Amino acid sequence: MGNKQTTFTKEQLEAYQDCTYFTRKEILRLHGRYRELAPHLVPLDYTNNPDIRVPPSLIVTMPELKENPFRDRIVETFSEDGQGNMSFNDFVDMFSALCETSPRELKTIYAFKIYDFNRDSFICKEDLQKTLNKLTKGELTPEEVALVCDKAIEEADLDADSKLSFADFENMISKAPDFLSNFHIRI
Amino acid sequence: MEDNSVFFTDRSGRITSNPLLDQLPSYQSLLYRRKSSGAGTKRRGSSRGRLSSSGSVKWTINTMRRIEEKQTSQIGQRAIRELALNMAQKRRNKDQPLNKNQDLSSWRQWRQNTRRNLKRLRDDAEVFLSSMKLWKRDIHQIEGMFGTGILSYFSFLRFLVALNLFIFLLMFSFVILPIIIVPHTKGNITYDQHDETDCRVYQSSARRGLVNFHTHLGDLLSGGGFLEQTYLFYGFYKVDKIHFPKATYNLALAYLLATIAYLLLSLIWIVKRSATGFKRNLVQDEDRFQSFCNKIFAGWDFCITDQNTARLKRKSLFYELKTDLEEEKIKRKIADRTRKEKCRIYLIRVILNIFVIAILAACFYSIYIATTVSQEKQMNNVKVNFIEDLIVEYLPSIVITLANFITPLLFSVIINFEDYSPAFEIRFTLMRCVFMRLTSIGVLLFSLWSQITKCEEDSCVCGYNHKLYSCWETRVGQEMYKLTIFDFIIIFAVTIFVEFPRKLIVKYGQCGLAKWWGQQQFSIPQNVLEIVYGQTICWIGTFFCPMLPAICTIKYFLIFYIKKVSLIRNCRPSTRPFRASSSNFFFLGVLLIGLALACLPITVSIAQINCSQACGPFVNYNTSWQALPAALSHLPDGAQRFLYALSSEAFAVSFFVVTCLAMFYVIALAGAHKRVINQLREQLVVEGKDKRFLIQKLCQAQGPRSTSSVSGFHPGSPSRLSPSYHTSFSSNYNDAVFLTHPPPNSATPV
Repeated sequence: MGNKQTTFTKEQLEAYQDCTYFTRKEILRLHGRYRELAPHLVPLDYTNNPDIRVPPSLIVTMPELKENPFRDRIVETFSEDGQGNMSFNDFVDMFSALCETSPRELKTIYAFKIYDFNRDSFICKEDLQKTLNKLTKGELTPEEVALVCDKAIEEADLDADSKLSFADFENMISKAPDFLSNFHIRI
Repeated sequence: MEDNSVFFTDRSGRITSNPLLDQLPSYQSLLYRRKSSGAGTKRRGSSRGRLSSSGSVKWTINTMRRIEEKQTSQIGQRAIRELALNMAQKRRNKDQPLNKNQDLSSWRQWRQNTRRNLKRLRDDAEVFLSSMKLWKRDIHQIEGMFGTGILSYFSFLRFLVALNLFIFLLMFSFVILPIIIVPHTKGNITYDQHDETDCRVYQSSARRGLVNFHTHLGDLLSGGGFLEQTYLFYGFYKVDKIHFPKATYNLALAYLLATIAYLLLSLIWIVKRSATGFKRNLVQDEDRFQSFCNKIFAGWDFCITDQNTARLKRKSLFYELKTDLEEEKIKRKIADRTRKEKCRIYLIRVILNIFVIAILAACFYSIYIATTVSQEKQMNNVKVNFIEDLIVEYLPSIVITLANFITPLLFSVIINFEDYSPAFEIRFTLMRCVFMRLTSIGVLLFSLWSQITKCEEDSCVCGYNHKLYSCWETRVGQEMYKLTIFDFIIIFAVTIFVEFPRKLIVKYGQCGLAKWWGQQQFSIPQNVLEIVYGQTICWIGTFFCPMLPAICTIKYFLIFYIKKVSLIRNCRPSTRPFRASSSNFFFLGVLLIGLALACLPITVSIAQINCSQACGPFVNYNTSWQALPAALSHLPDGAQRFLYALSSEAFAVSFFVVTCLAMFYVIALAGAHKRVINQLREQLVVEGKDKRFLIQKLCQAQGPRSTSSVSGFHPGSPSRLSPSYHTSFSSNYNDAVFLTHPPPNSATPV
């Protein structure tokens, strides 16, 4: 099956297979899901690489992302323009990086980018506070939030500059037992 | 230029970083990982563009080019899809080497192509195999609704189904199958039952003639009657050797070896499965327990798709964080405890532990009494009526189930008074429950053993009580069979008659009691203990009842669907989350304890108690174990001597000493590694301070010679025109250090 499909050329499918952790069937299925988001916008025929981008407001309505508190950040991180408008390449990239078979190192890099709200290559205290507030939807008191952020930085900061660089983050994630099992999206 | 800097600029065009930091090698290694913000900018082009805009000095260009070349070669070696680049760049990287390879020899090209095709083939095969896994869609559904913690319970259940199936196949192919094919292959069975002593009289309780239907039902539930003389139980295997036309098959030896094989198979499979979880647990550093970071960054389960589950997950994360903050407070309180308070606490703990031991002793004694009474009543063979007989038969199972129901409640009440930290409370209660569950089986078997070896005279003539237990292995097998059936009935009945009404009451009941009771929570530890208990019984019982693994496979298969329906219809996710990572380790750890416990009765039965002389494959031997030395005695002399040397005490002691030495060495190594890690950690802090100090000094050194031509560097931020710079790195990035580009002739090496 799939020999009769006209969505992608053979070379395109092979390129996708090499650049992601998906098989042919899954890539075609992903295209179907992408098209579902905006059927009037996304063409069925992708053989000539159309430059179509789906706005973030449509992407975050997907059931896999709908309940995720970080959905806006995820979509922004994987989109090429940084605003959340995703082409099909970005779409496939996102789910490939977050799939079960993607390696820990790749997930760590993208996790760092997602949690770095102000995109300055450091997870500073404000980034942490924003993360925590998104997680608990403001149910913790501000003192508790500050205390938890202080303790988190204290645990993970290796070079004692009171913010987390990528090296600190990588080291901390390598010891976090839940990261691999929690940080993946099934599609 | 904003597009070309290492760090992403926000829309106002403000570069919130220090350009000098951009040139550090550690940041350069991040460069290839970041995707470029502009569309279609090549990686090399971007960095070169940035350098030209900042007025590069010659040596910086060279270092940059060298670093880029190193990175390209590094990238070429890694798989394309492992790079954190966006899709367009990955495809470009993929095509670049391809274009370069046009001039490579055709042999190399062919080799690369085949390697790529093989990789793709392997990926497809893996996908195909994983799609064949049992219950894939059900587990996916559960994961989406309840998260990965409960998912681990169901994948554990799947593992047990597979394990039981393999054990059954093992026993079937080596023990049952030869007997079945004997009539078809013109073999004949030898079974020496000469010297008719008292020990060889078999009083079976098999019935003849017409019987009532409910007697059949009673037999089905108790394993007696018409079931006793079937393949189900040990006693039916009255075969010593089978003589096929070409070979002789020693069934007694095969029975013994199959038993040992299935225990070993279970051990190896469990250890292999727990290896990954164990490694991950070991890596976790104990003194810097990363509870907060782990919860914030790895706490949210990205698989959740259901709104209710998301709400509950948020609540559970909130609850966890609150608990951790509480723990901190309690730790501080414990550290501040006075001496008098410590004595008081320890006294209370000792009293409560004695109380717990008393409870356990009471439970064990009641199990012992129940077993004794049940066995005696069954021996008297006085049939009162169907229900009462069934209760008598199932008395030990009923008592065990009651005890396992009451004791966790008692333990969770007691632990409140012992004033431990919350995390330790959970773990300690769990350990007590595990101990209770698994030891109750041991007590049952011990009481059976005492019954079997207790004779009216002082020492038994046949080594066991042949008057009451002419075929004691079948009796033990029947007890295990009854335990299995009863366990399954209880699980089924509790789901239907307790959880389902509870859900109805809570949903439709208006009174406060319903609200307080709340909907059923799927308590993972208790459910796991339930199935580990069942599996331990299966392991013990397979020697006495070779078809038991098949029964257990079917039982777990049905339990999966019962639990799944109960979970989806009746339960809500528990507020006390059970972590997926450590839970796998916990499940397999408890299973290993069960396996170790199961080995003990089997060893005693095989090696210690005389096997029954009236039934079973081992009638010609004193104990079941003797089949092995008897078979070995037919081997050549050299092999015999070698095997006896292996089992002698000298070998065992030296093996033990060598193992101890290896263990001490590994422990010392681990300690040394820990010390090195601590030293490196301190060194990292010092290095970070060094780096910041040096950059401060550099800024101070270049400060007085700054020019005002900053505009070319920061176009969109007029407020930054003045050459203001701060020499401290604060977390407020409005005060980032800005370095004006140095005058062209100052080649200041950094």
